[in-house]
Amino acid sequence: MQATKTDIISKLRKDILQWEGYKPPAPGTQGLMGLGEVEAAFPNGVFPVGTVHEMVCGNTGQAAACGGFVTGLLSVLMQHGGACLWAGLSGNLFPPALKAFGVEPEKVIFVHLAQDKDVLWVMEEALKCEGLSAVVGEVREIDFKQSRRLQLAVEQSRVTGFVLRNQSRKLSSTACAARWQIKPLPSEPHDGLPGLGYPRWQVDLLKVRNGQPGSWVMEWADGRFVAAEKPVLEQQVLMMG
Amino acid sequence: MEKRYMAIWFRHLLTDWLALRRPELKEQPFVIAAPERNRMTITATSPLAEAEGIHTGMAVADAKACSAGLQVIDEVAGKAAKLLRQLGLYCIRYSPIVAVDLPDGLLLDISGCAHLWGGEREYLKEIVNKLRASGYDARAAIADTAGAAWAVSRFGKTTPIIPPGKHADALLALPPAALQLDSANLQKLQKLGFHQCRMLMEMPRPVLRRRFGEAFMLKMEQALGIQLEVIMPLLVPVPYQERLPCLEPVKTAKAIEIAIENLLQILCGRLKADGKGVRKAVLKCYRIDGKMVKAAISTNRASYSVSHLQKLFGLQIDKIEPALGIELFIMEVPRAEEVDQVQESLWAANPGLQDTSLAELLDRLAGKVGPAAIKRYLPVEHHWPERSIKLAESLTDKPATAWRTDRPRPLRLLPRPEPVEVMAVLPDYPPKVFTYKGKRHVVDKADGPERIEREWWRDEGEHRDYYAVEDTLGQRYWLFRLGHYDAAPRWFIHGYFA
Repeated sequence: MQATKTDIISKLRKDILQWEGYKPPAPGTQGLMGLGEVEAAFPNGVFPVGTVHEMVCGNTGQAAACGGFVTGLLSVLMQHGGACLWAGLSGNLFPPALKAFGVEPEKVIFVHLAQDKDVLWVMEEALKCEGLSAVVGEVREIDFKQSRRLQLAVEQSRVTGFVLRNQSRKLSSTACAARWQIKPLPSEPHDGLPGLGYPRWQVDLLKVRNGQPGSWVMEWADGRFVAAEKPVLEQQVLMMG
Repeated sequence: MEKRYMAIWFRHLLTDWLALRRPELKEQPFVIAAPERNRMTITATSPLAEAEGIHTGMAVADAKACSAGLQVIDEVAGKAAKLLRQLGLYCIRYSPIVAVDLPDGLLLDISGCAHLWGGEREYLKEIVNKLRASGYDARAAIADTAGAAWAVSRFGKTTPIIPPGKHADALLALPPAALQLDSANLQKLQKLGFHQCRMLMEMPRPVLRRRFGEAFMLKMEQALGIQLEVIMPLLVPVPYQERLPCLEPVKTAKAIEIAIENLLQILCGRLKADGKGVRKAVLKCYRIDGKMVKAAISTNRASYSVSHLQKLFGLQIDKIEPALGIELFIMEVPRAEEVDQVQESLWAANPGLQDTSLAELLDRLAGKVGPAAIKRYLPVEHHWPERSIKLAESLTDKPATAWRTDRPRPLRLLPRPEPVEVMAVLPDYPPKVFTYKGKRHVVDKADGPERIEREWWRDEGEHRDYYAVEDTLGQRYWLFRLGHYDAAPRWFIHGYFA
């Protein structure tokens, strides 16, 4: 009896997902982003491409960690020779460092702008362009209406967008598929050698549409993401709301 | 088609102009003079002054002795060039290729123009009469070469029109000055007794070259048509240009949009037939108040797509001020390039920098935010971090060297290093604690130093010793010490690692 109940619930869940437009993934698409356990948090267990992701960065240090994490994701999205557009206010991204995260820096087009309004306009135009693999925009504030415009833009073109919110004052709700927060963590020296280890982050998935938010510790080691520890459970409970 | 040239000589260019401006001068002799070697020298004479035996190059004092009522007017520098330019622009109605021939003439390439006025005689008569009617004493001549036309217009005694192929004969009887020679060579020729070009042409070429130099030979051969003479036209004709006059002046955005669409359709049809595409296009709007407003677009890749170019112009429409109305639209393509259609179809399915839709996107972005905001970087072989990248010039630029990954580089680099206060345990050790913007960071782990020397051939200063450090919270920084460790070492923060 118990078994049939869970069966029914899981079947209903799948049905609801399908009605909401989430098609069951084609075989072999799971785990393509190399995020391991993190991907299980998304509907159908697939990292949603062709949507807009939101990254929250509290300070410059977090913005750097966030940039590293996004670049790691871009390396997968751009692996078939695609190009990427990176629009931002700060313009302090150092292209040679992108290579360490598996992205060819000459394939990234930077747009340096002065206002949030302009960044969002450029992002929206770029997200409509099918010739790009991904679009990254760094803004201070984004409201619900603006995020929905971005979401509408990607629905045609299936380009993946990342909105990096640097030092925004309040976290308004958005229409993005997921809200992430990346924080740097002390690295573990490998093989007992002194000095810095691989870059290590606490990856918090604060909100996921139709998924399970959670928190993980990840490393960028030898050109791929590696899960470093078990997810921090108490944080996950806290972030559920 | 054989070339025909017309040379126009304004015998009293500056004085005619002055007489037009000040009619009272017409009745009396006057000259224009400029200081030369501490005395006033005459640079232009009026016809009346000339009749009294005054010529250019004479001192003003001497001229005043010849003629009692002589009026002397100071020269305005550059006036002749300005006047000739205006006259040249007027003459564009007779031929599209008009060049200014300083100091007192114009050169027209009239190949294929004269028959529109019913032959060369009528054509010449029309131009000379028009110029004379407007107050300028003009003489003109037509010949196969620009040099021969120049010579005949200044020194010709019989007919101003030299029939095709006869220009060498026409030169025979003229003085050597007709070859536009410099004064040193002219004096030499006079001393040697050359009074006519005929005598020069009979001489063996090597002898002339040895005695008078290469420039002399060039002038002579250009006049004879052996060497080609290139003239610099006042206005370079634009090959792709379309005009759209309006019956009624238009001033709404919609009307401008329709005008742009019509012009683009004609232009793109022509470009497509030639296998070319727009790299730069200019829309000129002539308003009824006599002003002209422009809107320009440029593309990253040559394109003849009407919809794309229209989108680019669409971003510019709000910058066009129609004022009382626009009566004429002219669209020009100053820069057109070959479109490689094979490449286009090959790359259509391949997202990347060569993608057409990406190039079109960048054109649109450049139209709105300006091309300077859009950047792409390539590696350069420099260790100094600020110089290790350069801007790519176009979408097709490829990196000349590989990106280096052997050394840690921060993901976020500060635009300029900012000073930090540091405590280090031992000289040459990484810092133990550093304070940046009032916040104290305790360093837990550190890598380094990586010494980067300054490029002494570019700038002076001390080298940098870079350390990658991680504080107890896990945040990673790029710090450096400027110069050697001494009494007061200076430390800076230069970036943030991911």
